[in-house]
Amino acid sequence: MAPIKRPYLKLDRIGKIFERRGVRSEVLRDIDLAIEKGEFVSIIGHSGCGKSTMLNLVAGLTQATTGGVLLENHEVNSPGPERAVVFQNHSLLPWLSVYDNVRLAVDKVFSGKKSRAQRHDWTLHNLELVQMTHAKDKRPSEISGGMKQRVGIARALAMEPKVLLLDEPFGALDALTRAHLQDSLMDIHRTLGNTVIMITHDVDEAVLLSDRIVMMTNGPAATIGELLDVGLPRPRRRLELVSDPTYVAAREAVLKFLYERHAYVEAA
Amino acid sequence: MTYAMKSVETDVAESARPALSLALGAVGRGIRSGLLWLAAKALPPLVTLALILLVWQILCAKPGATLPPPSQIWRDSYDLITQPFFNFGTQDIGLGWRVLVSLETVAYGFGFATIAGILLGALIGQSEWAMRGLDPIFQVLRTVPPLAWLPIALAAFRDSRPSAIFVIFITAIWPILINTAVGIRNIPQDYRNVAAVLRLNPIEFFLKVMLPSAAPYIFTGLRIGIGLAWLAIVAAEMLTGGVGIGFFIWDAWNSSRLSDIIVALAYIGLVGFALDRLVAAVGGLVARGAQAS
Ligand SMILES: Nc1ncnc2c1ncn2[C@@H]1O[C@H](COP(=O)(O)OP(=O)(O)OP(=O)(O)O)[C@@H](O)[C@H]1O
Ligand SMILES: [Mg+2]
Repeated sequence: MAPIKRPYLKLDRIGKIFERRGVRSEVLRDIDLAIEKGEFVSIIGHSGCGKSTMLNLVAGLTQATTGGVLLENHEVNSPGPERAVVFQNHSLLPWLSVYDNVRLAVDKVFSGKKSRAQRHDWTLHNLELVQMTHAKDKRPSEISGGMKQRVGIARALAMEPKVLLLDEPFGALDALTRAHLQDSLMDIHRTLGNTVIMITHDVDEAVLLSDRIVMMTNGPAATIGELLDVGLPRPRRRLELVSDPTYVAAREAVLKFLYERHAYVEAA
Repeated sequence: MTYAMKSVETDVAESARPALSLALGAVGRGIRSGLLWLAAKALPPLVTLALILLVWQILCAKPGATLPPPSQIWRDSYDLITQPFFNFGTQDIGLGWRVLVSLETVAYGFGFATIAGILLGALIGQSEWAMRGLDPIFQVLRTVPPLAWLPIALAAFRDSRPSAIFVIFITAIWPILINTAVGIRNIPQDYRNVAAVLRLNPIEFFLKVMLPSAAPYIFTGLRIGIGLAWLAIVAAEMLTGGVGIGFFIWDAWNSSRLSDIIVALAYIGLVGFALDRLVAAVGGLVARGAQAS
């Protein structure tokens, strides 16, 4: 029976097999996931299970071996600015200033649609969103890791993507910076209503930010082990949540999945 | 030295001192460290040079020596040494002019080599198939000595100047091309991903990602290339004639003006050194911008 309402973003029976020098390794198998517009989805799973691979498939940076990704019913088969990525290691171009890194994206995406002055304003506006206007003329090598990550987010937001893809965006940051950026991201998500897919290793981060958490089984041939709806109302405030029973239950469910049912086994 | 160190310590200790004397102290230290730097950098080579000249003078002043001592060179070639830019007719010009003529030829050959080397290097660095097809051919061609190209160039162009330019071109292009290709192949996948998400077209990708990312490699190639080009131009001019510094050496040899040859060698060495430093300096400026964070 055909569904009445088609999902905004659909990962349809995705399988991914890497083949290198005759060695085949099946990384993903039978990934089925439907994401609604404006939804914030986190992907959590042990290291090496294929989370980045899954995100790259949605980004179009890698091609699925079987199945496919559908965004608004169009098949995704190449990368593009409507699926902007914030990479695991910020990936700012080191020879461009903070401003120019964002401006490059703005110029590319809005070349025919906005005037020069508008593009300038839009660039500044997005730096403002992540509170990085003060360092706009600095090079990436001159700012801290947290700042780089924020610029990476500004660059992605500036493309006005349909889907924002975040690969462990706060992985390498200290707890304080991390909390601060999580709050910024929640604010941005609330005001702009983006559809977001975020990879994380951090259970608290996943529960705090997400509408839904996708828990991956261990590789090889990883698939979606469990889906958890986080029924917490927004806006969420981290301090109030600490003792919230829904929060605690969600947190427990994810922890149980990760450390009891799919405990990480070191590959021999 | 000890005194200087002491004064620094007291500056730090007595922070209540008037700001003026602190500032003066800083200026004084600036000048002092500048002089020290000059002494450390410039003194050793000057001393070495003086020693070499001295030994040379002693060795060649003996009767029966085949080469002129520095004192005789100074007397014989006084005009050439002191007046680089005199001009008394086509073949009677100062070495400065001759160097400029040679440099012009190098500039053309090296300029073409830079453009072609970077473009071809980008092609074989970027495309697996271009590399498979072109790399073996380039590897063979680059081992051909520069002057071996000269007869072919003369036959093709039927003129000495374009032939000399071609020899410079073919000499300088290989290091530029190969280094560019390596630089392009080493562009981090992250930058390629960024370019892919932004849908940069090939020209934008070349200008905004490839060139800056591969710049340190490209400048290594350019530096090797300019060195080889300057080596080749002297040899090429000896064979093709003209008014360049290479032909001057050949001409001086034919009329047994040994002192003039030695002065010309000094010119060539200094200009080659300056060229190398110039490319290195430009490369340093560019690389500072492209530095990975
Ligand atoms: N281009 C590739 N060729 C071959 N194998 C690959 C390739 N990319 C990833 N893999 C393999 O796929 C598996 C999943 O990798 P992936 O980067 O998606 O993991 P991950 O879940 O993102 O890990 P982490 O949490 O450490 O970032 C790994 O075993 C990796 O070795
Ligand atoms: Mg990953």
